[in-house]
Amino acid sequence: MVTSVNLCGIELRNPVVPASGTFGFGLEASSFYDINCLGGISLKGTTLEARFGNECPRIAECPDGMINSVGLQNPGVKVLVEEKIPALRKIYGGVVIANVSGFSIEEYEKCCSAVSASPDVDIIEVNVSCPNVHGGGLAFGTDAATAAQVTRAVKRVSTKPVFIKLSPNVTDIAAIARACEEAGADGLTLINTILGMRIDIRRRKPVVANRYGGFSGRAVLPVALRMVNQVHNACSLPIMGCGGVSCASDVVEMMMAGATAVQVGAENLRNPMACRDIVNELPLLMEELHIENINEIIGIV
Amino acid sequence: MRQGDYTILENSRIASRIWRMTLSGDTEGILRGGQFVDVEVDGCFLRRPFAVTDWTKDTLSLIYKVVGQGTEIMSQWREGSSVNLLTGLGNGFDTSLCRKKALVVCGGIGASPAFHLVKELIEEGKEVTVVLGYNNASELILFDEYRKLGAGVRVATMDGSVGIKGLVTDVIDTLDGGYDFFYTCGPKVMMEAVCRKLDISGQVSLEERMGCGCGICFGCTCHTADGPKRVCFDGPVFKKEDVIW
Repeated sequence: MVTSVNLCGIELRNPVVPASGTFGFGLEASSFYDINCLGGISLKGTTLEARFGNECPRIAECPDGMINSVGLQNPGVKVLVEEKIPALRKIYGGVVIANVSGFSIEEYEKCCSAVSASPDVDIIEVNVSCPNVHGGGLAFGTDAATAAQVTRAVKRVSTKPVFIKLSPNVTDIAAIARACEEAGADGLTLINTILGMRIDIRRRKPVVANRYGGFSGRAVLPVALRMVNQVHNACSLPIMGCGGVSCASDVVEMMMAGATAVQVGAENLRNPMACRDIVNELPLLMEELHIENINEIIGIV
Repeated sequence: MRQGDYTILENSRIASRIWRMTLSGDTEGILRGGQFVDVEVDGCFLRRPFAVTDWTKDTLSLIYKVVGQGTEIMSQWREGSSVNLLTGLGNGFDTSLCRKKALVVCGGIGASPAFHLVKELIEEGKEVTVVLGYNNASELILFDEYRKLGAGVRVATMDGSVGIKGLVTDVIDTLDGGYDFFYTCGPKVMMEAVCRKLDISGQVSLEERMGCGCGICFGCTCHTADGPKRVCFDGPVFKKEDVIW
């Protein structure tokens, strides 16, 4: 039975990858189980300088999901490259995916250039859901031209495969995906969280201090599957599918929709063992479905 | 952190909107009073965090206030049913910081996380005064239990229905002193008032809406004098000097 998959020449022992922001820098989780069972790890999103992020409350419960407005809290790219990634590399032999964010093209460039120089980084994932401070605050990823602009900029300074992580808060995700492909992206991750809101009806205020936040969790799976499939049909880049995945059957579904690897996000917050459980469950499900090689189902629908 | 299934031995109301749940299962991961567990609630996406009130080799008890969707569901749970918990979360109180005489100040449901702390302090031969503050007598919890541990227990209620009428800080004014360290857990305004009143060092147990409960999501980060800290993982117990009110 073959469970390994290949992203731009980089082999993952299986398609299961904890999504950025739901697994810290991998170190905390390494005390829960042996994280070497994971195909890859997408690290907490990092910006050029350290950020506190948004004020609390940052979390809101939702039906079959949650809202977060952490706001990219991170120690900055220098600490990531000099401390966090080397510490992870000591205990983890799988694929390390550095997730970078920026509020300007220059910041994306500097951040990507720093992580690209780290010998321990295998793939760079670029979060284009941040507001563009020079572009009226609109997220880079909500416009095909700016998404392409970020892609070109980061590709210029990266020697590692670059995956652009797409925002679902758009009218036509396929158009954005094509723009990234034309601009030289090596792959795509989708979907990021869906913009959402909850209101505390007793306090008459939004639940999260930042008013709005990113909705994720099991409830978003159908949206993610639809978008992964649309993007798979619209371009030829490898996809890391993400959104609402909570079990091995969701992984198979995501791959059938067109993903080569599958990220598990909010489920890690419900169950810190989720990724390990899915990795263990996957071969059993493959056997049941008569899948000899997991690669044979990618985009099969 | 450990994950496991636990069986409910008891789940009953002990005060106004306040319930105690006793569970049987592995407690080896719980090391200090002030640590918490994250309870999986069928019908909710996220787990719900609760301080461990007390534990033995194979049982643990939680005291919780019914305030929303999750705790409402929990209050319906029957004895004998199974619950999934993450245990041994958070840092807990540090008893070694108190040399001889501790002042423990709790407000409302905050009496729960400090219970095992007081037990540990007394087992270590330290003298402990516990000040409990409530809105009124209907919320009174753990009063007898604290007395049975051998702590001096003083109570304040807002309406004077039990103990002195007023705030925990009013009770502190009547104490003899001689304390070398304090611990506090309760509403933030109360803990702030306690920290400002007492000139000795102390530890404060903070509360925040949490995502994961185990340090991976950064959903509960607070500002401290020592930089951003995750309440669930770096806390919930912080040095008085580090807390930014």
